[in-house]
Amino acid sequence: MSAPTLTKDPAVKDRRPRKPRTRAPHLPDGGFGKTLRRNLTAHGFLIGAVLCFAFFSWYPIVREFLLAFQKTEDGDVSWVGWDNFVTVWNDPAFGQAWRNTLWFTVLALLLGFVVPFVTALIINEFRHGQGYLRLLVYLPVMLPPTASVLLFKYLYDPGYGMFNEILGVFGVPAQQWLQDPDTAMLSVVVASTWMNMGGATLIYLAALQGVPGELYEAAELDGAGLFRKVWHVTVPQTRLILLLMLLMQIIATMQVFIEPFLLTGGAGPEGSTTTVVYLIYQYAFNFNNYGAAAALGLVLLVLLAGFSAVYTKLNRADQD
Amino acid sequence: MSTRTLISPAQLARPRGKALYWVAFALVVVLFTLAFLGPLYWMVTSGLKTTQEAVQTPPTWVPGSVHAENYKRAWEVMDLAKLLMNTLYYAFGALAFQLVLDVAAAYSLSKLRPVLGKMILGLMLATLMIPATVLVVPQYLTALDVPIVERNLLNSPWAIWLPSVTNAFNIFLLKRFFDSIPKELLDAASMDGAGPLRVLWSIVLPVSRPILGVVSIFAVVGVWKDFLWPMLVLPDPSKQTLAVGIYSLATSVPENVLIASLTIASLPTLILFLIFQRNIMSGLTAGGLKG
Repeated sequence: MSAPTLTKDPAVKDRRPRKPRTRAPHLPDGGFGKTLRRNLTAHGFLIGAVLCFAFFSWYPIVREFLLAFQKTEDGDVSWVGWDNFVTVWNDPAFGQAWRNTLWFTVLALLLGFVVPFVTALIINEFRHGQGYLRLLVYLPVMLPPTASVLLFKYLYDPGYGMFNEILGVFGVPAQQWLQDPDTAMLSVVVASTWMNMGGATLIYLAALQGVPGELYEAAELDGAGLFRKVWHVTVPQTRLILLLMLLMQIIATMQVFIEPFLLTGGAGPEGSTTTVVYLIYQYAFNFNNYGAAAALGLVLLVLLAGFSAVYTKLNRADQD
Repeated sequence: MSTRTLISPAQLARPRGKALYWVAFALVVVLFTLAFLGPLYWMVTSGLKTTQEAVQTPPTWVPGSVHAENYKRAWEVMDLAKLLMNTLYYAFGALAFQLVLDVAAAYSLSKLRPVLGKMILGLMLATLMIPATVLVVPQYLTALDVPIVERNLLNSPWAIWLPSVTNAFNIFLLKRFFDSIPKELLDAASMDGAGPLRVLWSIVLPVSRPILGVVSIFAVVGVWKDFLWPMLVLPDPSKQTLAVGIYSLATSVPENVLIASLTIASLPTLILFLIFQRNIMSGLTAGGLKG
């Protein structure tokens, strides 16, 4: 699934002239009672969603900040200042989780960012069967992640797994995949890319349709080959989408949880697949240390909020 | 012939270009089919193998003997009927909540314009900037003891339904669509004495069918695919969703039966996709990502 995107509100422009007619009480059809009634109706329509947001979104956001500075013991809540952050910092798993998460992000960018773009480039070149190829690429996105992850667990099995069988056809020796600390994270990323690349590919395809053909013609006159055309025409022309998807990819991969959780039980061989979110999960639900979980979550939040802010700003700029 | 792409039409028109094109095309179709259908083929067929064959080295490409009863066993042993019914119940409940509450909110923000409406919309959209996984812990604590009403939502469908409403992206999509409905249409209805609810029901909803379809599909698929949240708030095995139930039973059933259950769990969303693929694919770009 592609992550949400913010676009410019088309109503923004025509909102201004409308305002005085419907809002100002001094207009002939206005009157204080009427405005009040109109507002009550409008808020009546809003209240259900607002309550859900209040309980399950806004309050939890506030609480995340509070929890990070609290300790809960036998139901008693006490303020502990920065203690939770110190606990998290001193945990030997902290450094490893961040290293793993960054490593995952780098690998996921190499694969999860480049593969869908190249896939879209290839599909876009064909004048036949585009619908079929698009359908194939998006198919895994519709599977429940539990199913695809467990499926990959079997495919990776060093004994009866299909991957070693296929590699064997090409004469490559059998790999340990998930059981080897060196290849565990890469295996997780491959599975994750297979599961999630459909959405990105379709968005790139849509962007590629917008590249003016004349630019390719002009590049050819200048004697550009295939790769130079991609580099000097396609990439600059789709630059903004690429940048937005890159940011989205970073935000998504830094939060990776289900793939390592189901593929390697979370930590993996020698902790090689412990990610930051898995560590948060462990603090909260294995050690019942909500304060430490919140502190670590807050660190992640601050880091990713930076990326989110850039993303939103760029997306807004794109729409204007 | 649409737009021209990387490779020039002149190059493709030459006999050599034509031949290359078809070779590349055949290669890509085979490769993509293997890469994306291959694992699914393996999943369906391994569900038909005997337990020994499913875990034998080297693996077999075609089942030596077909055992369709594995699917029946998975259905019975893992109580998939129960898990499937649970998931349907959660998914369509969440759909109903989202359709009623999110549509009402989007309609209010788009057409009724209440005081502070802009601020409320801003606060809703701001939640999109908070990484979802960070909120799992405080959300879980809220579900454990909802403030003011002091209810524990663990093992109750409300724990799935209510948070599903907080989908700022859906509200945003709906609001944008409602914004595009001409004001004159609604004014005419108001002149005839229709109240806001009547206008929503008789005018806004009928013309909004495409966006409602997209939002509905994503709502159902969202619940179907979710794992971490239902795992946390539905610890009772008899209340679990398909995705969580299969995970918790994974180690207690033979491999071939488990693989058969994976196939069964994947079927509903795959079928939904094959039926509604056009809506789903257009919905993907409805967010407004354009080049």
